[in-house]
Amino acid sequence: MVPYIIRRLFIAIPVLLGVTVVNFIIINMAPGNPVEMFVDPNTSQELINLRKEQLGLNDPLWVQFFHWLGNLFQGNLGYSFSTYEPVTKIILERVGPTFQLTILALIVGLLIAVPIGIISAVKQYSKLDYFATGTSFLGISIPHFFMGLGLIYIFAVQLQWLPAGGIATLGREDDFFDKVRHLILPVLVLATGIAGQYVRYVRASLLEVLGQDYLRTARAKGLKEIVITNKHALKNALIPIITIIGLEIPFLLGGAVITEQVFQWPGMGQLTIQSIMSRDYPTLMALNLLTAFMVLFANLFTDILYSFVDPRIKYK
Amino acid sequence: MLEVDHVKIAFQSDKEEVTSVEEVSFAVNPGETLGIVGESGCGKSVTSLSIMGLLGKNGKVKKGQILFGDEELTKVSEQRLREIRGNEISMIFQEPMTSLNPVFTIGNQMIEGIKLHLKMKSKDAKDYAIEMLNKVGIPRASEIMKEYPHALSGGMRQRVMIAMALACKPKLLIADEPTTALDVTIQAQILQLMQNLQKGSKTAIILITHDLGVIAETADRVIVMYAGQVVEEADVFTLFKDPKHPYTQGLMASIPHLEYENEQRLVSIPGSVPGVKQMPKGCRFHTRCQYATERCQQEQPELEQIQEGHKVRCWLMEEAPLHPVLGKPKEELVT
Repeated sequence: MVPYIIRRLFIAIPVLLGVTVVNFIIINMAPGNPVEMFVDPNTSQELINLRKEQLGLNDPLWVQFFHWLGNLFQGNLGYSFSTYEPVTKIILERVGPTFQLTILALIVGLLIAVPIGIISAVKQYSKLDYFATGTSFLGISIPHFFMGLGLIYIFAVQLQWLPAGGIATLGREDDFFDKVRHLILPVLVLATGIAGQYVRYVRASLLEVLGQDYLRTARAKGLKEIVITNKHALKNALIPIITIIGLEIPFLLGGAVITEQVFQWPGMGQLTIQSIMSRDYPTLMALNLLTAFMVLFANLFTDILYSFVDPRIKYK
Repeated sequence: MLEVDHVKIAFQSDKEEVTSVEEVSFAVNPGETLGIVGESGCGKSVTSLSIMGLLGKNGKVKKGQILFGDEELTKVSEQRLREIRGNEISMIFQEPMTSLNPVFTIGNQMIEGIKLHLKMKSKDAKDYAIEMLNKVGIPRASEIMKEYPHALSGGMRQRVMIAMALACKPKLLIADEPTTALDVTIQAQILQLMQNLQKGSKTAIILITHDLGVIAETADRVIVMYAGQVVEEADVFTLFKDPKHPYTQGLMASIPHLEYENEQRLVSIPGSVPGVKQMPKGCRFHTRCQYATERCQQEQPELEQIQEGHKVRCWLMEEAPLHPVLGKPKEELVT
């Protein structure tokens, strides 16, 4: 197992390098540049040129890239073009809120999806099944911004039960309940989409398992139907679900771009939008690198998790 | 002990109800081995699953009864059925490769049934499971308990299935093609094992197979099924020496013989089993029967006793029980 993990980590290096090259090119192909994004109409051309020269934006692209790469190998992700703070510091500030939001949403989504998916599969083609699959379709289809705005209108504007956005009320940052109140709406929006998808995954996966021979064996033993479904069938059905969750984690951690924007949640998604708007190359590069790293890491993590769930899988 | 009486089984499909098995009757006595033979799709497995109450939500016993002891299995509650399954009647299946759950250890799957029916504590159940595994000839039983099914060969898995099925000392063991998926040497071992275990325990066995060799070796009595019906029932010696139904004769004639010449073609019964939706009128075998008459196309024959313990479903029995051609396949068939 350990040699396998080490090998996978070494394979990851050229992949990450490739990703950074492609990202760097694409980002620089976008029209406009960081300086133009924050100047006002009265700024003189000399000043703009001076600023570009200072930021190294007049150098050929490959020089800029190797400059960035050199800094990266020294553990320096550079400074933001718009706030002049170290990129590492900016990202570290944003990771926490995003983790809170997305992981909580994933957990809530799964807590809703798994039981409904099971019932839906066991009672296939029943009214309950049609209701569950129909509702899940609604959950997948409803856009995050629309549901977010709807919830804000109902619970924040009309009923005034919950805050309309942000991560905490000013001055009450250490209040746990205040935090929870801020989390409810964005988590609900994200969890709805997740639950909608996973109801379908769990249902499909379980249906496939329900026809297997070993369940007939379990029945022939005289086991109760609930033991057969929840023990014998579910463990097999969850194996493919783990892959899907594994592949989704990097995107969840990359930030829920739309939802964070709607709820003014100071997470990675919001940071991504802001840095795209201001053509903040160093921050964007760091965010992309982080996402690529998460994808690779989540894949590896999923593969390792596999060997624990499915005894047939062994890595050498 | 078990009496299956004029059972009719139907499955509900999207639009209509499809009858899969009709007019199936037989009895099994304690300690006896009853063989059920027939081509694929003739209703052997469905019949056995109906005894276990495992037809699924779409299958149903429409007519007739299944008596086990003095209980009517088609009428008892689901809870009582669960007490019987794996305890008084157990079953082993055709596919040892897929019959065990891949994500639980052998021990876990063995102990589950033992704890459920014999109400043993975990520790005792584990010891008993190891004892059972030893009994079915599994080496290093206590280590195998910790293994997952994929680490075992097909023969070993079938042994585990047998150990599991016999753990609660059932009165009846239903073996649905237990050796079909195994290679020949392992086949013989498994059959031998089942016979040995049977001798010690008085367990009755229903052995379902399409392999007449297996029947000849193990069964006491045989029923031959065709298209969802029993067409002939006899003790194993009578059936092989003096098969009456043209279908049984066809089956016997299609056994390869060592003494045949190289150029000789193996005999086969022309055509195939009719689908459940296109059951022919009259005798269900008449479309493939070389002796079929007008009557066979119109009227359905009943299963009639022609000798003590020998029943046949064929009009020819009535017209000429000692038909000269019957009893031997036609010579020109073996060319």
